[in-house]
Amino acid sequence: MNTSIIKEFAAVVGDDNVMASETDRHAYSYDAAVLNSVMPALVVRPENSETLGKTVKLCNDHGLPLTVRGAGTNLSGGTIPHPGGVVVLTNGLNRILEINAEDMYAVVEPGVVTAKFASAVAALGLFYPPDPGSQAVSTLGGNVAENAGGLRGLKYGVTKDYVMGIDFWDVNGNLIKTGSRTVKCVSGYNLTGLMVASEGTLGVFDKIILKIIPPPKAARSMMATFASMQAASETVAAIIAAKIVPATLEIMDNFTIRTVENFRHAGLPTEAAALLLIEVDGHPAQVADEAALVEQICREHGAGELKVARDAAERDAVWQARRDALPALAKLRPTCVLEDATVPRSKIPAMIKVLEDISRRYQLTIGTFGHAGDGNLHPTILTDRRDTKEWQRVEKAIDEIFNRALELGGTLSGEHGIGLAKAKYMVLETNRGTLDYCRRMKSVLDPKGILNPGKIIG
Amino acid sequence: MADLHQLAQMFRELDDQLVSCMRCGMCQAVCPVFAQTGRETDVTRGKLALLDGLAREMLTDAAGVNDKLNRCLLCGTCQANCPSGVRVMDIFLKARAIMTGYFGLSGTKKAIFRGMLANPRLFNALTGMGATFQGLFTKKVDDMLGSSCARFNSPLVGDRHFKTLAATPLHKLVPELDTPAGASGIRVAFFTGCVIDKIFPRVGQAALEVLARKGVGVFLPAQQACCGIPALSSGDQATFDKLVAMNVQWFTAREFDYLLTSCATCTSTIKELWPRMFKGDPALGAAIKELAGRTMDISQFLVDVLGVTEAPAAGGGKVTYHDPCHLKNGLGITAQPRTLIKAAGCAYTEMREAGSCCGCGGSFNVAHYELSKKIGSRKAQNIMDAGADILATSCPACMLHITDMLSHKQAGIKVKHVIELYADSMKNQG
Repeated sequence: MNTSIIKEFAAVVGDDNVMASETDRHAYSYDAAVLNSVMPALVVRPENSETLGKTVKLCNDHGLPLTVRGAGTNLSGGTIPHPGGVVVLTNGLNRILEINAEDMYAVVEPGVVTAKFASAVAALGLFYPPDPGSQAVSTLGGNVAENAGGLRGLKYGVTKDYVMGIDFWDVNGNLIKTGSRTVKCVSGYNLTGLMVASEGTLGVFDKIILKIIPPPKAARSMMATFASMQAASETVAAIIAAKIVPATLEIMDNFTIRTVENFRHAGLPTEAAALLLIEVDGHPAQVADEAALVEQICREHGAGELKVARDAAERDAVWQARRDALPALAKLRPTCVLEDATVPRSKIPAMIKVLEDISRRYQLTIGTFGHAGDGNLHPTILTDRRDTKEWQRVEKAIDEIFNRALELGGTLSGEHGIGLAKAKYMVLETNRGTLDYCRRMKSVLDPKGILNPGKIIG
Repeated sequence: MADLHQLAQMFRELDDQLVSCMRCGMCQAVCPVFAQTGRETDVTRGKLALLDGLAREMLTDAAGVNDKLNRCLLCGTCQANCPSGVRVMDIFLKARAIMTGYFGLSGTKKAIFRGMLANPRLFNALTGMGATFQGLFTKKVDDMLGSSCARFNSPLVGDRHFKTLAATPLHKLVPELDTPAGASGIRVAFFTGCVIDKIFPRVGQAALEVLARKGVGVFLPAQQACCGIPALSSGDQATFDKLVAMNVQWFTAREFDYLLTSCATCTSTIKELWPRMFKGDPALGAAIKELAGRTMDISQFLVDVLGVTEAPAAGGGKVTYHDPCHLKNGLGITAQPRTLIKAAGCAYTEMREAGSCCGCGGSFNVAHYELSKKIGSRKAQNIMDAGADILATSCPACMLHITDMLSHKQAGIKVKHVIELYADSMKNQG
């Protein structure tokens, strides 16, 4: 990038917040997706709202592609920059501006780390439920831009259910105000909704208003083994049919169970074909009732071993097993492709059959675990990207996973986003007209096409 | 200087290890340097991407990568928390060796490592002279901590509040020992380590006193060399190999059950790095492995082998404990030092973020003092907030840096090694 443009950025954000060296640019050329890296021309780090707005305008004035980056944990390439583009970091915008316990909302800058926000809210006796796996580092701006999910989706919903309003910069450097601090708000278009999951293609977040709620008073966790994934997933359906909505309802296949046990040696039942990890929460009396009912349903559906956590330590052990799933699997092979195709939850048994079939036909190791309660499975393909023959099979398997999930009435992505990785499949889930509609909308809001080009709609 | 293509070839040898990083970015949550700067090149994922970029010849600025590579404390927190189990320390140490091979060792480092460290007698003689004359150039700033600062403006010293060299190093106080196993029936070898020998001989004395009182026989060879970590972390493989070989020769001269150190860094270097990183005489391989297998931190030995247990609090000041990275991250030793503090009858209070790095990082402190100070300042604040009268830890390098930080804040908090507390309590019991 020519030095006069670099100087213009430096004049806005300060010399220390402009990175143009090869090493710095290389370090912002990737995210957590298994995709090729793309080196940006420049990296800038605004530290306040005003300079963020000016940065966006400057990119537009020069026609420079702009990719916003929080912690760079995206699993679909949403934070991989465009060639010749500018990466705008949000970690200089990491202030929690307000937590209002009376009206139960908070206002944050986009670079606030999810877990730090959740613990600040918890310190006031309140609760922010969305808990994506990367929450220890992920940013709220990124969570909103991707509509991140987590383990509590079934009962508490996902990020979109907690976004009350967003202030964002348009490409001309105007601050656009959407939503409100009130529970109800029907003033104008629901632009907040449009911005959620927009993956940085429609505007650059300046501030986010988030809903917070009272925490449940009690919780009980349990773990049940099953002789088949089929029996486990039928149990999931039966629990929901009994009108119980657990806070968390997770499933693990035998391969994942064995891998986790090898990793942690916590005494998991390695013979079990499937494991359900369940937590009900709410008022203590309701928790007691529902836990008993869930236990009964599990037994009726042939649960083998059934363990109810009696104290905090046992509860932690249950969820440690779930948290261990990805790290344990990831250690097996050099490359780990984590997918999140999602189906209506009644189709979980069918989807599990599909995955077993794909694993066999393409001779691939696939560990399956995930959020059975909301239909969001995480088939995790363990491979080595350097093995070109195997990698070709992996690519075919991924294509088929998406096609079959869509056939079952599902969706390409439950929580990881479309980004670069899944843009080509969008037409399969929607249709040509839908994509044209999105592209026309974008072309008006972002005439030069600078906002995270190539993502979602290609 | 070899060309970039050759450099890339060398880095490609790390490919099997580099490829295991899945770029998840979870290291951002735990890296003490990243917590201060927020820059991707300062966190492990970024550094691994840079090495990968060099290996694949996507990058041309090898010097730039080398600079970033050195902005690391080698604290190992990322490795201890890495979801995909990347062997970060191995990669970084090997990468530093490759870089040093490519760029050469700086004149100062060459003089220190090859001229001094690799010649223990000369090292002792020079530091002995330094101890005699250092008063001319330094003045005391905190009597309780025993810290000093430079009398004159010195670019190397800056505004550090450092511990001066001890008037008499341990190797002069206790030139050698070779006592038989006493009541315990156990005999150990004691590896002093440079910082304890030359700056904190009182820690070594405390350890030897405790061992004597416990009826443990001690072999302290008349000659000991540096464990090698300063050389290895600067990529000076040759000096590292030389130091390891000398130590192995001297320590295998007698029989003993365990090799003990009271320095977290020496313990982890001997246990973890000697067997994996030694590239010298292959004939020494078995002896190194065997020695590493018997190496223990002093508190681990006292608690796990001798069965020392907690005692009721006997009054006195409140103590808080800082986990040295080299005990916690690599070796998982966190309980035993705390048990030893309680065994000494001290009132214990846990500080916030006890397991986060103090920011010293050996030569990191020399090259990046401002960053080191920012990280250490947070540690000092956590110590002060814990309301403790004494900060105890298990590593003399941490003691040095934390002394500097507490002295700057005029905190009025003493810095001690856990073995000193335990030795004091044994003395008080008579």
